[in-house]
Amino acid sequence: MTQYLIRRLLIAIPSLLGISVILFTVLALAPGDPFEELATNPAIPPEVRMQLRASLGLDDPIHMRYFAWLTSMLRGEWGFSFVSRIDVDQLIMQRLPTTLLVIGTSQIVALAVALPVGVLAGTRPYSTFDKVANTLAFVGFSLPTFFTGLLFILFFSVYLGWLPFVYRTNIAGSGLPWVWEHIKQMIMPVMVLGLFQGAALVRFVRSAVLDVIRLDYVTTARSKGLAERRVVMKHVVRNALIPVVTLIALQMPIVFGGAIVTEQIFRVPGIGSLLISAILSNDTPVIMAVTFVFSCLVIFFNLMADVLYGWLDPRISYR
Amino acid sequence: MTEDDLRQLIGRVKRGSLSRRGFIRRMAAVGLTAPMATQILAVAGAAPAMAQSVPAYRPTRAGGGGALKILYWQASTLLNPHFAVGTTNQDSSRVFYEPLAGWAADGTLHPILAAEIPSVDNGGLSADGRSVTWKLKRGVKWHDGQDFSADDVIFNYEYARNPAVASTSSGSYRDVNVTKVDDHTVKVEFAQPNPFWADAFVASVGMLIPKHLFKDFAGSNARDAPTNLRPVGTGPYKFTSFAPGDLLRGERNENYHLPNRPFFDTMEIKGGGDAVSAARAVLQTADYDYAWNLQVEDEILKRLEAAGRGKVNVIEGGAIEFIQLNATDPTREVDGERAHISTEHPAFRDPAVRRAIALLLDRKSIEEFIYGRGGPATGNFLNNPPRFRSPNMPMEFNVDRANQVLDQAGWVRGRDGVRAKDGVRLRFVYQTSVNAPRQRTQQILQQAARRAGIELELKSVTASVFFSSDVANPDTFGKFFADMQMYTTTMPQADPQRFMNQYVSWEVSQKANSWQGRNIVRWRSADYDAAFRAAEGELDVVKRAALFIRMNDLIVGSNHVIPVVMRPTVSGSLNTLRPAISGWDLTMWLLSDWYREG
Repeated sequence: MTQYLIRRLLIAIPSLLGISVILFTVLALAPGDPFEELATNPAIPPEVRMQLRASLGLDDPIHMRYFAWLTSMLRGEWGFSFVSRIDVDQLIMQRLPTTLLVIGTSQIVALAVALPVGVLAGTRPYSTFDKVANTLAFVGFSLPTFFTGLLFILFFSVYLGWLPFVYRTNIAGSGLPWVWEHIKQMIMPVMVLGLFQGAALVRFVRSAVLDVIRLDYVTTARSKGLAERRVVMKHVVRNALIPVVTLIALQMPIVFGGAIVTEQIFRVPGIGSLLISAILSNDTPVIMAVTFVFSCLVIFFNLMADVLYGWLDPRISYR
Repeated sequence: MTEDDLRQLIGRVKRGSLSRRGFIRRMAAVGLTAPMATQILAVAGAAPAMAQSVPAYRPTRAGGGGALKILYWQASTLLNPHFAVGTTNQDSSRVFYEPLAGWAADGTLHPILAAEIPSVDNGGLSADGRSVTWKLKRGVKWHDGQDFSADDVIFNYEYARNPAVASTSSGSYRDVNVTKVDDHTVKVEFAQPNPFWADAFVASVGMLIPKHLFKDFAGSNARDAPTNLRPVGTGPYKFTSFAPGDLLRGERNENYHLPNRPFFDTMEIKGGGDAVSAARAVLQTADYDYAWNLQVEDEILKRLEAAGRGKVNVIEGGAIEFIQLNATDPTREVDGERAHISTEHPAFRDPAVRRAIALLLDRKSIEEFIYGRGGPATGNFLNNPPRFRSPNMPMEFNVDRANQVLDQAGWVRGRDGVRAKDGVRLRFVYQTSVNAPRQRTQQILQQAARRAGIELELKSVTASVFFSSDVANPDTFGKFFADMQMYTTTMPQADPQRFMNQYVSWEVSQKANSWQGRNIVRWRSADYDAAFRAAEGELDVVKRAALFIRMNDLIVGSNHVIPVVMRPTVSGSLNTLRPAISGWDLTMWLLSDWYREG
């Protein structure tokens, strides 16, 4: 097992290097620079722009820039944002709590909806409940988040006036009213994301349960006279959830990566909105850092999923 | 009316034998609008008290106004004005830092940290135009209690011009010499007589940072200054907290140097999101007090305004959306350079073709159906301040006339309906950035052109590519490797000198200057160059205005540049809010005077 872990971790190094080379080259080949707004401003002489480019090293050849980035990254220096001239790790740390809170809650909501609905639908296939749940799930994951987001805003904020649609990080006060304000502004983004992911998960849980419930050992358990509830919980769900756990583990990086569209609509200051604004302003160090951290997380959680799988399913062994 | 007559009249106003109203009436009689007449009086030194140029401030005590909540759909990312790459960052910095003077809505200067606006009369401006002496306001304190003095001003000059700092404001400080006269007086000297003296220490490039907090970070370590993110300025609000890309908060500065100001106890600027929902949050749900730069279709704004809670503010400045017709040939390479300055555009070298395209541009419809209040049609490149606006450039949309002009010039329709002459076909690539109103404008011109036998191939480039200074990319607006292109150019000062250098021959954008030259259309005219050189050294304001009007007429008259619409700044505010906004300066340029009524 330890050997397996070490081997996997060693394999991760070249893949991370490869990812970083590809990311860096694509970003370097992409046209544009962070000084778009300076270009149309007649008060700023072009020499100033050229000098800024040079001072940020944008005019050096790609391979030199890459090695400069890599060596400082290995030393733990993430570089600084061209646009805000702040260290990238600071920027990311500022965004992380909000991202974890909002996206994490939406994942919990997704699970809380998907597990019971999926299991119930799977144990009663083609019943009315299953049909309704299926239809709603299809609708849920067919509607993109930017559409449901706008729909929610129009209905709950503009028409009913119940919920705010601008996410605020500076809510004053303390105690219960403060918590309630936070919950109020989180409801819409969390629901939009949670229901979208939950809908896809419902289909997955249902099919996993369906696969298991037809197996012979379930029939055996039933013929032993076990209560239906016990059969489902102990024999069906436990085994059906093995692939689901893997899926959830693989989705974990998303929790850290944020949700670009939803964060933009509700002005949630998370990693997703940091990434999109960095991309729009060609802020290479920020894009590199966020995407690189993201790829590290993907690789890490892939490993986690594999390890978990072996732990849940003793038939799998590692060599 | 000749220049002499005008001077006599101005003299009479100054002596008091002619009332200002009488002057304006006489000007109206010869076709000059009232704002233009007022401008002439103002620049000729017969201006009334400065108070007229900014809106009246009514609150009788400072504070008590509660919270001011401002929404920007672009978030600010840093708070050092010398590093700001765009207006969002300059606006956020301006909350805390102040310049010596700012540009008011009517294009005149308004003192902020200066005791008065320098003029020849008060001895601030030297008669030879080689220096300007600024007297600083006394008793101004930084937020940490230190005194503001001439040393701070000198420090900003040294800081901004230091190449190691890599400041974006360096262009305004490189070519001047600033010296300290005494603790509250500084002198800015120019190498040549300079009628455009109000640049250094003025408006967006002029925000002053405190010497005592930045002096250890005035070199290549400028990025490490902790004050970059925790500003200590002289402004109406003190810094509370800042999350880059998200939220900026400030609280009232009890020791502000103006009486009864500021009105609000706290202020915040929330960034991010999109323009439409920002408009919604102010105009429809009234969650926020003010929304910046609402580049939203006018139809939508009108619908949101119908809720009756807020209104849209349209403030005129100098920004203009315009079309360029390339003077050089983008298809031919000379010395490995496309659109080389030695080439001539095969079709656009014929004035008839250029005139036809100008005739085919339906500016009225573009205003009416695309831009609305956010884009009044115009026939001039230089529109504001009104004293520089030419009365000589009519706008005309006439397809028949365009056909006639082309027929006369010998451009004959081929079998496919496209005109040609001597093997040159009227088929052009027309590029712009990706932006819905621009694509619709392209289509309007394309349809009209088709009726006149001109085929336009529309091309749109992502904005971050189109406006980049990337030398390797062929699609940037600076390279202009197309026949026609369209974009907006801004005019950050109320003086047109920087704005009108876009057509001088020594600014031609080419390989030798890495396509960073400002003359992107690559049009050259000895007359224009001469007029610009004359304006650069002309200290007489009336003659100088006439020179700029002549430049406008030369470039627009050549039809190499076709103005489309002006782009005033459009913002949204609650009905009760009284924001003081100017089209010539930052949104926050007079935040001290914002208040709420009712």
